[in-house]
Amino acid sequence: MIDAILFVVLLLLGYGFGQLSEKRHYRSIIRRENELQSVVVVGSKHPPVGAKHNQQLVVGSVVVASDYFKSFVASLVNIFGGRVRTFEPLLDRGRREALLRVKEQASEIGASHVFNVKYETSRIGGGITTIEVMAYGTALIESPGTASSVKDNLSDAASRSIDGLVTT
Amino acid sequence: MIITSLEYLPGKTIQRHLGLVQGSSVRSKHAGRDIMASLKSIFGGELVGYTELLHESREEAIDRLKKQAASIDANAILNVRFSTSSIASGAAEIFVYGAAVQIVDES
Repeated sequence: MIDAILFVVLLLLGYGFGQLSEKRHYRSIIRRENELQSVVVVGSKHPPVGAKHNQQLVVGSVVVASDYFKSFVASLVNIFGGRVRTFEPLLDRGRREALLRVKEQASEIGASHVFNVKYETSRIGGGITTIEVMAYGTALIESPGTASSVKDNLSDAASRSIDGLVTT
Repeated sequence: MIITSLEYLPGKTIQRHLGLVQGSSVRSKHAGRDIMASLKSIFGGELVGYTELLHESREEAIDRLKKQAASIDANAILNVRFSTSSIASGAAEIFVYGAAVQIVDES
Protein backbone atom coordinates (compact mmCIF):
# COMPACT_ATOMS: atom_id res chain seq x y z
CA MET A 1 0.00 0.00 0.00
CA ILE A 2 2.73 2.45 1.03
CA ASP A 3 4.64 1.43 -2.08
CA ALA A 4 1.65 2.21 -4.28
CA ILE A 5 1.16 5.63 -2.65
CA LEU A 6 4.85 6.41 -3.04
CA PHE A 7 4.71 5.38 -6.68
CA VAL A 8 1.75 7.66 -7.42
CA VAL A 9 3.36 10.55 -5.51
CA LEU A 10 6.59 10.11 -7.48
CA LEU A 11 4.65 9.97 -10.75
CA LEU A 12 2.78 13.18 -9.92
CA LEU A 13 5.92 14.94 -8.70
CA GLY A 14 7.80 13.81 -11.82
CA TYR A 15 5.01 14.96 -14.11
CA GLY A 16 4.59 18.35 -12.44
CA PHE A 17 8.23 19.31 -12.03
CA GLY A 18 9.25 17.63 -15.28
CA GLN A 19 6.76 19.65 -17.35
CA LEU A 20 7.73 22.82 -15.49
CA SER A 21 11.44 22.42 -16.02
CA GLU A 22 10.99 21.38 -19.65
CA LYS A 23 8.90 24.47 -20.43
CA ARG A 24 11.38 26.70 -18.63
CA HIS A 25 14.29 25.11 -20.46
CA TYR A 26 12.64 25.50 -23.88
CA ARG A 27 11.90 29.17 -23.17
CA SER A 28 15.53 29.79 -22.30
CA ILE A 29 16.75 27.79 -25.33
CA ILE A 30 14.59 29.78 -27.75
CA ARG A 31 15.60 33.10 -26.19
CA ARG A 32 19.32 32.31 -26.38
CA GLU A 33 19.05 30.88 -29.90
CA ASN A 34 17.65 34.23 -31.02
CA GLU A 35 20.41 36.11 -29.22
CA LEU A 36 23.17 34.00 -30.74
CA GLN A 37 21.97 33.97 -34.34
CA SER A 38 25.04 35.97 -35.35
CA VAL A 39 27.33 33.00 -34.66
CA VAL A 40 27.25 30.74 -37.71
CA VAL A 41 27.77 27.04 -37.09
CA VAL A 42 28.90 25.04 -40.10
CA GLY A 43 29.31 21.31 -40.52
CA SER A 44 31.95 21.78 -43.20
CA LYS A 45 35.48 20.55 -42.59
CA HIS A 46 36.98 23.08 -44.96
CA PRO A 47 37.34 26.65 -43.79
CA PRO A 48 38.00 29.24 -46.48
CA VAL A 49 41.71 29.37 -47.20
CA GLY A 50 41.92 33.05 -48.08
CA ALA A 51 41.13 34.69 -44.74
CA LYS A 52 43.70 34.91 -41.94
CA HIS A 53 42.36 33.90 -38.58
CA ASN A 54 43.16 32.23 -35.32
CA GLN A 55 41.28 29.17 -34.32
CA GLN A 56 40.32 27.50 -31.11
CA LEU A 57 38.51 24.35 -30.13
CA VAL A 58 35.18 25.11 -28.47
CA VAL A 59 33.27 22.50 -26.50
CA GLY A 60 29.82 22.60 -24.94
CA SER A 61 28.23 19.84 -22.97
CA VAL A 62 25.20 19.20 -20.82
CA VAL A 63 23.81 16.35 -18.75
CA VAL A 64 20.02 16.12 -18.75
CA ALA A 65 17.80 13.64 -16.98
CA SER A 66 14.36 12.41 -17.82
CA ASP A 67 11.77 12.60 -15.03
CA TYR A 68 10.05 9.74 -13.23
CA PHE A 69 6.78 10.10 -15.13
CA LYS A 70 8.41 10.14 -18.57
CA SER A 71 10.57 7.15 -17.74
CA PHE A 72 7.49 5.25 -16.61
CA VAL A 73 5.61 6.06 -19.85
CA ALA A 74 8.69 5.04 -21.84
CA SER A 75 8.86 1.69 -20.07
CA LEU A 76 5.20 1.09 -20.99
CA VAL A 77 5.87 1.99 -24.63
CA ASN A 78 8.81 -0.42 -24.55
CA ILE A 79 6.44 -3.34 -24.14
CA PHE A 80 4.57 -2.61 -27.36
CA GLY A 81 7.32 -0.86 -29.26
CA GLY A 82 6.94 2.29 -31.29
CA ARG A 83 7.87 5.89 -31.02
CA VAL A 84 9.00 6.93 -27.53
CA ARG A 85 7.61 10.45 -27.56
CA THR A 86 8.55 11.22 -23.98
CA PHE A 87 12.27 10.87 -24.67
CA GLU A 88 12.33 12.89 -27.88
CA PRO A 89 12.17 16.32 -26.22
CA LEU A 90 14.90 15.23 -23.80
CA LEU A 91 17.38 14.55 -26.59
CA ASP A 92 16.28 17.65 -28.46
CA ARG A 93 16.86 19.81 -25.39
CA GLY A 94 20.25 18.23 -24.78
CA ARG A 95 21.44 18.78 -28.36
CA ARG A 96 20.22 22.34 -28.58
CA GLU A 97 21.65 23.23 -25.16
CA ALA A 98 25.05 21.76 -26.03
CA LEU A 99 25.18 23.66 -29.32
CA LEU A 100 24.14 26.85 -27.53
CA ARG A 101 27.04 26.44 -25.13
CA VAL A 102 29.37 26.05 -28.10
CA LYS A 103 27.96 29.24 -29.57
CA GLU A 104 28.20 31.09 -26.27
CA GLN A 105 31.83 30.14 -25.92
CA ALA A 106 32.53 31.12 -29.53
CA SER A 107 30.92 34.53 -29.12
CA GLU A 108 32.84 35.10 -25.87
CA ILE A 109 36.16 34.70 -27.68
CA GLY A 110 34.94 36.88 -30.52
CA ALA A 111 34.46 34.22 -33.18
CA SER A 112 31.84 34.58 -35.89
CA HIS A 113 31.99 31.05 -37.29
CA VAL A 114 32.35 27.55 -35.91
CA PHE A 115 33.48 24.86 -38.35
CA ASN A 116 33.27 21.08 -38.36
CA VAL A 117 30.77 20.72 -35.53
CA LYS A 118 30.28 17.21 -34.20
CA TYR A 119 27.90 15.80 -31.62
CA GLU A 120 28.59 13.09 -29.13
CA THR A 121 25.78 11.54 -27.08
CA SER A 122 26.15 9.03 -24.31
CA ARG A 123 24.08 7.49 -21.58
CA ILE A 124 25.22 7.90 -18.01
CA GLY A 125 24.55 5.53 -15.15
CA GLY A 126 21.69 3.15 -14.65
CA GLY A 127 18.10 3.67 -13.54
CA ILE A 128 16.37 6.72 -14.91
CA THR A 129 17.61 7.78 -18.31
CA THR A 130 20.32 10.40 -18.03
CA ILE A 131 22.14 11.51 -21.14
CA GLU A 132 25.17 13.61 -21.78
CA VAL A 133 25.37 15.54 -25.02
CA MET A 134 28.61 17.12 -26.09
CA ALA A 135 29.08 19.36 -29.10
CA TYR A 136 32.43 20.58 -30.33
CA GLY A 137 33.91 22.45 -33.23
CA THR A 138 36.62 24.83 -34.32
CA ALA A 139 35.91 28.52 -33.79
CA LEU A 140 37.51 30.89 -36.26
CA ILE A 141 38.55 34.20 -34.79
CA GLU A 142 39.22 36.79 -37.39
CA SER A 143 42.47 38.59 -36.78
CA PRO A 144 42.01 42.34 -37.03
CA GLY A 145 43.10 44.22 -40.12
CA THR A 146 42.54 41.51 -42.71
CA ALA A 147 41.01 42.43 -45.99
CA SER A 148 38.78 39.43 -46.58
CA SER A 149 36.51 38.08 -43.87
CA VAL A 150 35.38 34.50 -43.42
CA LYS A 151 31.89 35.52 -44.48
CA ASP A 152 33.04 36.88 -47.87
CA ASN A 153 35.14 33.81 -48.50
CA LEU A 154 32.27 31.53 -47.52
CA SER A 155 29.89 33.09 -50.03
CA ASP A 156 32.69 32.97 -52.62
CA ALA A 157 33.15 29.28 -52.01
CA ALA A 158 29.40 28.70 -52.18
CA SER A 159 29.04 30.53 -55.48
CA ARG A 160 32.07 28.70 -56.87
CA SER A 161 30.60 25.33 -56.09
CA ILE A 162 27.28 26.34 -57.65
CA ASP A 163 29.15 27.48 -60.77
CA GLY A 164 30.95 24.18 -60.76
CA LEU A 165 27.65 22.31 -60.68
CA VAL A 166 26.26 24.29 -63.56
CA THR A 167 29.27 23.84 -65.81
CA THR A 168 29.78 20.13 -65.25
CA MET B 1 49.67 24.27 -28.93
CA ILE B 2 46.84 24.66 -31.44
CA ILE B 3 44.02 22.16 -31.08
CA THR B 4 41.46 22.00 -33.85
CA SER B 5 38.75 19.73 -35.16
CA LEU B 6 39.65 20.66 -38.73
CA GLU B 7 41.96 18.68 -40.99
CA TYR B 8 44.24 21.56 -41.81
CA LEU B 9 45.02 25.04 -40.59
CA PRO B 10 44.31 27.90 -42.95
CA GLY B 11 47.47 29.97 -43.48
CA LYS B 12 49.77 27.26 -42.13
CA THR B 13 51.63 24.41 -43.77
CA ILE B 14 52.04 20.98 -42.23
CA GLN B 15 55.73 20.23 -42.08
CA ARG B 16 55.68 16.82 -40.44
CA HIS B 17 53.09 14.30 -39.33
CA LEU B 18 53.90 12.77 -35.96
CA GLY B 19 51.09 10.26 -35.64
CA LEU B 20 48.09 9.87 -33.39
CA VAL B 21 48.10 11.28 -29.86
CA GLN B 22 45.48 10.59 -27.25
CA GLY B 23 44.36 11.49 -23.76
CA SER B 24 41.73 9.95 -21.56
CA SER B 25 40.31 10.31 -18.10
CA VAL B 26 37.91 8.23 -16.04
CA ARG B 27 36.10 9.95 -13.21
CA SER B 28 33.29 9.42 -10.82
CA LYS B 29 31.62 11.74 -8.37
CA HIS B 30 31.45 11.19 -4.63
CA ALA B 31 28.38 9.44 -3.26
CA GLY B 32 26.76 12.69 -2.07
CA ARG B 33 26.61 14.00 -5.60
CA ASP B 34 25.25 10.68 -6.82
CA ILE B 35 22.44 10.78 -4.28
CA MET B 36 21.59 14.36 -5.25
CA ALA B 37 21.60 13.37 -8.91
CA SER B 38 19.29 10.43 -8.34
CA LEU B 39 16.90 12.69 -6.44
CA LYS B 40 17.04 15.23 -9.22
CA SER B 41 16.26 12.61 -11.80
CA ILE B 42 12.79 12.14 -10.31
CA PHE B 43 12.01 15.70 -11.34
CA GLY B 44 14.02 15.83 -14.56
CA GLY B 45 16.16 18.69 -15.76
CA GLU B 46 19.86 19.38 -15.99
CA LEU B 47 22.19 17.58 -13.60
CA VAL B 48 24.68 20.38 -13.00
CA GLY B 49 26.93 18.19 -10.86
CA TYR B 50 27.44 15.70 -13.67
CA THR B 51 27.90 18.44 -16.25
CA GLU B 52 30.72 19.84 -14.11
CA LEU B 53 32.21 16.40 -13.59
CA LEU B 54 32.38 15.72 -17.31
CA HIS B 55 33.72 19.19 -17.95
CA GLU B 56 36.61 18.64 -15.51
CA SER B 57 37.17 15.20 -16.94
CA ARG B 58 37.37 16.58 -20.45
CA GLU B 59 39.81 19.30 -19.43
CA GLU B 60 42.03 16.64 -17.96
CA ALA B 61 41.83 14.49 -21.09
CA ILE B 62 42.74 17.48 -23.27
CA ASP B 63 45.61 18.24 -20.89
CA ARG B 64 47.01 14.74 -21.31
CA LEU B 65 46.56 14.99 -25.08
CA LYS B 66 48.58 18.21 -25.08
CA LYS B 67 51.29 16.70 -22.89
CA GLN B 68 51.70 13.73 -25.18
CA ALA B 69 51.85 15.96 -28.22
CA ALA B 70 54.39 18.24 -26.56
CA SER B 71 56.58 15.27 -25.67
CA ILE B 72 57.02 14.44 -29.35
CA ASP B 73 57.67 18.08 -30.31
CA ALA B 74 54.37 18.72 -32.03
CA ASN B 75 53.00 22.24 -32.11
CA ALA B 76 49.47 21.49 -33.26
CA ILE B 77 46.88 18.72 -33.04
CA LEU B 78 44.52 18.36 -35.97
CA ASN B 79 41.28 16.50 -36.50
CA VAL B 80 40.52 16.16 -32.78
CA ARG B 81 37.63 13.87 -31.84
CA PHE B 82 35.95 13.12 -28.52
CA SER B 83 34.38 9.93 -27.39
CA THR B 84 32.53 9.23 -24.16
CA SER B 85 31.59 5.92 -22.68
CA SER B 86 30.00 5.02 -19.42
CA ILE B 87 32.00 2.16 -18.00
CA ALA B 88 30.15 1.73 -14.72
CA SER B 89 27.21 3.47 -13.10
CA GLY B 90 28.40 6.89 -12.00
CA ALA B 91 31.74 6.68 -13.81
CA ALA B 92 32.46 7.85 -17.32
CA GLU B 93 35.49 7.73 -19.53
CA ILE B 94 36.30 10.63 -21.77
CA PHE B 95 38.68 9.91 -24.56
CA VAL B 96 40.14 12.48 -26.91
CA TYR B 97 42.45 11.83 -29.84
CA GLY B 98 43.93 13.63 -32.80
CA ALA B 99 46.81 13.83 -35.23
CA ALA B 100 49.95 15.52 -33.92
CA VAL B 101 51.75 17.66 -36.48
CA GLN B 102 54.44 20.25 -36.81
CA ILE B 103 53.23 23.33 -38.62
CA VAL B 104 54.92 26.42 -39.99
CA ASP B 105 53.52 29.71 -41.25
CA GLU B 106 52.89 29.80 -44.96
CA SER B 107 55.47 32.04 -46.54
